[in-house]
Amino acid sequence: MGTASDIKLIDENGLRIDGRSPTELRPIKIETDVLDRADGSAYIEWGGNKILVAVYGPREAYPKHTQDIEKAIIKARYNMAAFSVDERKRPGPDRRSVEISKVISEALSNAVMVEQFPRAQIDVFIEVLQADAGTRIAGLTAASVALASAGIPMRDLVVGCTAGKIDGQIVLDLGKEEDNFGQADLPMGILARSGKVVLMQMDGDLSIEEFDKATEMILDAIKRVNDIQREALAGKFVALALERGGE
Amino acid sequence: MAETKQIVMPGDLLDPSLGKPRNGAYKCGENQFCSSFFGIVQVSDQFVDVVPFSGPYYPRRGDKVIGKVIEVGPSMWVVDINSPYSTLLHMNDTPWRTQSGDIKKYLGPGDYVYAKVMSLNEIKESWITLKDVGLRKLEGGHITSIPAPKVPRIIGKGGSMVNMIKDATETRIVVGQNGLIWIDGTPENVMIAIKAIKMVEKEAHTTGLTDRIQSYLKELKGE
Repeated sequence: MGTASDIKLIDENGLRIDGRSPTELRPIKIETDVLDRADGSAYIEWGGNKILVAVYGPREAYPKHTQDIEKAIIKARYNMAAFSVDERKRPGPDRRSVEISKVISEALSNAVMVEQFPRAQIDVFIEVLQADAGTRIAGLTAASVALASAGIPMRDLVVGCTAGKIDGQIVLDLGKEEDNFGQADLPMGILARSGKVVLMQMDGDLSIEEFDKATEMILDAIKRVNDIQREALAGKFVALALERGGE
Repeated sequence: MAETKQIVMPGDLLDPSLGKPRNGAYKCGENQFCSSFFGIVQVSDQFVDVVPFSGPYYPRRGDKVIGKVIEVGPSMWVVDINSPYSTLLHMNDTPWRTQSGDIKKYLGPGDYVYAKVMSLNEIKESWITLKDVGLRKLEGGHITSIPAPKVPRIIGKGGSMVNMIKDATETRIVVGQNGLIWIDGTPENVMIAIKAIKMVEKEAHTTGLTDRIQSYLKELKGE
């Protein structure tokens, strides 16, 4: 939604700049347990996004005044590496990453059974190594995988996806150019089984009809993303069980 | 061949025909129960449990755990039992005639104890005790750890797995419910025992494990 331009984002065949159809996702790859020191970790490649997530905890929350006597607090920290974007990003938290950390923490708090851990905190570190539009939902998707692999009780897996409007048309999963020169961007975080929305933000303008269409597209796409999450989690255990359990 | 155990994710619906959901399940609708963990489904008697692949230890009353002393106060020790919350050991809950102020000479920071969870409350504060048969300070030996949900697998049916490792390696082993394991013996034997334990940890969700560990132990000992 950055700058208006006359770049054509959809060609005459109805295909987008990177050759995708309007309802096509970028290729997604998730890997779990990539870090030995963390309690749970995940690495996601979503199109050009490369994001590493580490989960620590639950552990007693410090400083002590941050403790909640009734439930655990989830501290997500979204951080972009200096080299993650075209021009060097000044390291450290800024307005944007503080906001994203907040919305991701809140989204995850709705999935994790926080009431089981009074006074505790769960740290989720989301490090964006390479950014290519849609890092918040890619980070969220990977974070829920990392939480599950850390053995933290959750109601559901959180799946993220975006839709947006480019050249007046609603499309799924915006790429970098589409994000920069499109008209709207709608990232959503959804609980995979119950379909509840735990994160929703919008940049740009959508009419009610367009919004409904975008939501529908996202709800359809999260099934595909969820399958990738499940595959990433179960993959190595199934492989080992098949190898060993076959006698 | 036994069937491969069913792997579930958080939010997966549990098959109601298997039995009554117990641990690792939550109510997610009318007469519906879902898994709250990423783990395997275990059916025993009339109950269904979801056993997570990893995760922290949640203290329960009566559990025998291995803890590490991390701090000494005037009348209490603060003990880390590999759980999200540290626990307390009061000097009156030890078999020694302690006097307030000099409890450091019985247990110092870094010492390990084999203790029992005596009580815990709603906000997960817990207290442990050394006053029971077999509970003691663990002197010498090595400590290794596994995720707490895999402890039953290390112990095996009626202690079969751990006894097999003990006999094969001629070591003394104490397994805490919290996933810490204390092993005492000659350094070579301890290393073999740790390797065997790590193998159980890695393959805890597979079937026919005891036989495989037996041959693995033989291989390690060079037989």
